[in-house]
Amino acid sequence: MNASGVVELASGVLVVVGALVVLSGGVGLLRLPDFYTRVHAVGLTDTAGVGLIALGLILRAPDWGVAVRLVLIALFLALTSPTATHALAQAARRDGVHVWVAGDPRQ
Amino acid sequence: MTPEVELINIVLFAILVATAVGITRLRGLYGAVMLAALFSLVIACLFVLLDAVDVAFTEAAVGAGISTVLMLTVLALTRAREAVTPRRRLWPAGIGSVLAGGMLIYASQDLPAFGRPDTPVQSHPVTATYLQASQDEIGVPNTVTSVLASYRGYDTLGELAVIFTAGIAVQLILSQVPRHDPDFEREKLLLTDYRVLRVVSKVLFPFIFLFALYVQFHGDYGPGGGFQAGVIFASGFVLYGLVFGIDTARRVMPGRLLQLLISSGLLLYAGVGVANMLLGGAFLDYDTLNPGHPVDGQHLGILLVELGVGITVAGVMMAIFFICADRRAAG
Amino acid sequence: MTLLLAAMIGILATMVLALARSFLGPTLYDRILAINMFGTKTVIFVALIGFLMGRPQFLDIALFYALVNFVGIIAVLKLSHYRELDAVQSEEDVR
Repeated sequence: MNASGVVELASGVLVVVGALVVLSGGVGLLRLPDFYTRVHAVGLTDTAGVGLIALGLILRAPDWGVAVRLVLIALFLALTSPTATHALAQAARRDGVHVWVAGDPRQ
Repeated sequence: MTPEVELINIVLFAILVATAVGITRLRGLYGAVMLAALFSLVIACLFVLLDAVDVAFTEAAVGAGISTVLMLTVLALTRAREAVTPRRRLWPAGIGSVLAGGMLIYASQDLPAFGRPDTPVQSHPVTATYLQASQDEIGVPNTVTSVLASYRGYDTLGELAVIFTAGIAVQLILSQVPRHDPDFEREKLLLTDYRVLRVVSKVLFPFIFLFALYVQFHGDYGPGGGFQAGVIFASGFVLYGLVFGIDTARRVMPGRLLQLLISSGLLLYAGVGVANMLLGGAFLDYDTLNPGHPVDGQHLGILLVELGVGITVAGVMMAIFFICADRRAAG
Repeated sequence: MTLLLAAMIGILATMVLALARSFLGPTLYDRILAINMFGTKTVIFVALIGFLMGRPQFLDIALFYALVNFVGIIAVLKLSHYRELDAVQSEEDVR
């Protein structure tokens, strides 16, 4: 197995793992019982998943312009996605959205 | 079409139909506006699948970006819940929709299959002429830009005039609605209280404006151009106004400067056309801008014209946002 | 290439899940969260399609959409807050 085959396989694996992480966030969005837990699921998996997928795609980028754009996308989402979910959770807390305690019905 | 692309298309269309049903069923209008943004996003994905990159860019910019923000600012001026439709209106509306939709579906049976080589679009000599002549006469890699700004320059001038008129009309109409009280901001959610948001937004602004300039001037070589760049530029100021308050944003971009921006873009575009006439050619014939080298003249003309489009679009979007966000609901 | 396609299917499945939450979510904040997630999924979708179809120019759109998603979420937060304080919630939300 030559070097380029290994790189392509590694990139494919990274992208699939990133997609699995994102999918787990999506499942969490549906299954978790209340808003704050869902914010937790989405915020973490969005950033991690995009980072992994971008890393995988960089490995198979045809030239450096594409690689730079992917780095920018990953940096950008790493900066804005946690901020947006943080602002959302804080706004919801201020607004009085109910915090689930064990034993409550699902929200 | 390969089976993978077919599968992706089917899933996206299913999402579209579900979203449309959701928008009509939701009575909370804020949720409906967010679903409309999702709708625009899926449409942009479909355009990307169809290889129409410029259109996808514009759809994402206008449909999912600025349009959502403007609808939300207008929602803040009226009630947030949809009124109940009386029963007697449901039947005529339903019949009308079924008839119109049915006619469209029936008419679409006559369309040729997607991508067939013998359709009029593919086989008419006009297409080949434009694709070939664009490389010879204008020499710009992105044919969409060359058609938009040079071959169909009158069209784009008309579109720009429509945007200009819309900006003026919104300002005229909404100037009748009373403005916020100065202490209104204190009752509302003060986003400046959120330190994380403030710091992150300040870090982002230079990149947003730089990206807008990149899209503006890179429109000749990749997806982009004046419209998208103007929307991105306006989004930067919208973010500033949202996080730091409309009054602070107005100090950075005062009303007079906005009026200047709105009008100067259109003047630049039409001015290029008049300059062409004065130099001896037809209106918007960019060859005359550089008499010895018509291709360079075309490049210069397209650059100036797209700049005019970007300036006016940015100005109009910013003006509409500032006006809408500054009013309070009547009564 | 098949691995990219498998990832694409995963992203599409996540989009459907986010859509389901945006229909179900009892509060407005659930819907905003679902749309936010859908936005970042669109960014990944466009980037993957770019690589699947061999057109790296699509990355400009992905980068742009990452930005617009952020501005949209902040807009919804700021502009909906005081209105939701007196709006009646959940059961009357769907006709």
